Amino acid sequence: MKYNTIRPDHEIILGQIEAGASVLDLGCGKGDLLQLLIKEKMVRAQGIEKAEEDIYSCVEKGLAVFHGDIDTGLSEYGDNNFDYVVLNQSFQQVTKPDLVLQEALRVGKKVIVGFPNFVYLPARLQFFFLGRTPLTPSLPYRWYDTPNLHFLSILDFTEYCSKRKIKVLRSYFIRKKKRINLFPNLLAETGLFVLTK
Amino acid sequence: MVVPGIGTVGVVSTRHFHSQEDLILESGEKLGPITITYETYGQLGYKKENAILIEHAFTGDAHAAGLHTGDNKPGWWNNLIGPGKAFDTNKYFIICSNVLGGCRGSTGPSSIDPKSGKPYALNFPTITITDIVRAQKLLLDHLGIKTLLSVAGGSMGGMQALQWAVSYPDKVRSTIPIAAAAKNLPQQIAFNEVGRQAIMADPNWNDGNYYDRTRPEKGLSVARMIGHITYMSDKSMEEKFGRRFRETKQAFKFGGDFEVESYLQYRGNKFVKRFDANSYLYLTKAMDHFDLSGGRPLFEALKEIKAKFLVIAFKSDLLYPAYHSEEIVRACKLAGIETTYCEINSHFGHDAFLLETEEESRLIKHFLERVYTEDEENYEI
Repeated sequence: MKYNTIRPDHEIILGQIEAGASVLDLGCGKGDLLQLLIKEKMVRAQGIEKAEEDIYSCVEKGLAVFHGDIDTGLSEYGDNNFDYVVLNQSFQQVTKPDLVLQEALRVGKKVIVGFPNFVYLPARLQFFFLGRTPLTPSLPYRWYDTPNLHFLSILDFTEYCSKRKIKVLRSYFIRKKKRINLFPNLLAETGLFVLTK
Repeated sequence: MVVPGIGTVGVVSTRHFHSQEDLILESGEKLGPITITYETYGQLGYKKENAILIEHAFTGDAHAAGLHTGDNKPGWWNNLIGPGKAFDTNKYFIICSNVLGGCRGSTGPSSIDPKSGKPYALNFPTITITDIVRAQKLLLDHLGIKTLLSVAGGSMGGMQALQWAVSYPDKVRSTIPIAAAAKNLPQQIAFNEVGRQAIMADPNWNDGNYYDRTRPEKGLSVARMIGHITYMSDKSMEEKFGRRFRETKQAFKFGGDFEVESYLQYRGNKFVKRFDANSYLYLTKAMDHFDLSGGRPLFEALKEIKAKFLVIAFKSDLLYPAYHSEEIVRACKLAGIETTYCEINSHFGHDAFLLETEEESRLIKHFLERVYTEDEENYEI
């Protein structure tokens, strides 16, 4: 079935994951991605989410979800417990992204990370010409009520991966709901990476 | 307010099952014949695939929903059990039985010992949560139910739900422990011990032999007062009583000046009319000795389990704070059990499992629907 409203990042993630895989979604929100993956790929899904209201939405969708913090929630899992661990738009919100990603790479055979690119061109222009913390569709929050704790660029992330010897299997860049390839650090709103140890 | 499609189970009656066979206790002792008092709501499906066992808490009873003839107080989980409710009696067959060792119809220390013709009193054998579950198993065998769609309960009821999943892993398709724990820690044992000491310090307790004379009401009432403090939270007490004085001045200096004192006395005095002091001793002991792990790492004890888990905790719970539930959830992760966990933001303390029924409904209703509709072929029905 074709979705008209499917988010572009969800569509990319859907394309990465093979049928029947096990997936742990860290910061799964209302469970839209896991629901999509179950429907299309019959994955075995588990979510972790810290917002109580979102837990109810997930349960209403028939998902298994833990109410808790992803900064501390992975230590019980054995190595390679999941085929995929997803950190989509939650990566920049955790207290210790370095630690969470290392843990995600330990418990998952592959890790999919998606985050807003802080140095997307309109953001740079707002910085430079307006002298203010930028507001863009992928960074829609005011400085005083943002859930984002870390502000990173696509370049920051790829450098970090090579420094930590994390293998980048594939990378995808999205701008205005479309995939782009040219000058991603300047032109992409969102970066999405498929990683492995 | 009447919500369309959501109703009540109406007038219900309590039934009694008299077991022909003795119950073999965990200690190896035999107890029998036993009576298990129970109520049911809804219809058992023709494949007997829709049975749900509801487990009451420490001092609860089999009357979980509906009304008894001539009574205007509905069962203790009436908001959760009924047509269109979380435990939907249009779909599921709900069973709730009084625990072994209790005093609300099932065999306990106040029952007549067939050997002596007198109440068991302290001749009643020590029982465990496992024994309580085994007695329920006899009832289910009698009802012809091989597999449970779910076992659910709060507090000590949650302990029983957990024990069901461990004792009968092939017969339980889902488990819903609420405000519960895999074992009592020193703090819970301490609260229970103070309650027991209060009962035993009452001269009317008389080593448990009081059934033909004045009952140890003072001691039992103090035990209940202590219990009640642990069922509330600092916030819910502050909200309910503040530092308000009671309306009538007490003649005695230490009769209790504050509303909170008056409330605890009222609850204590009300409790002694419906509960047996010896049952209080036996059941608190059963809780204190409960350890789901059986001495192993908890996740190993859960390895055989096929059931899906829905674990619910409450933020202000003083008796079983959320970390008890999180311990269960961690073990479920390690044991590979499909689990959902929610810590509901409530200020009602431990009592929240009886009060926050709207939030509980949202979780339980959909969780059960999922278990109910999924593939049943792994189970002998």
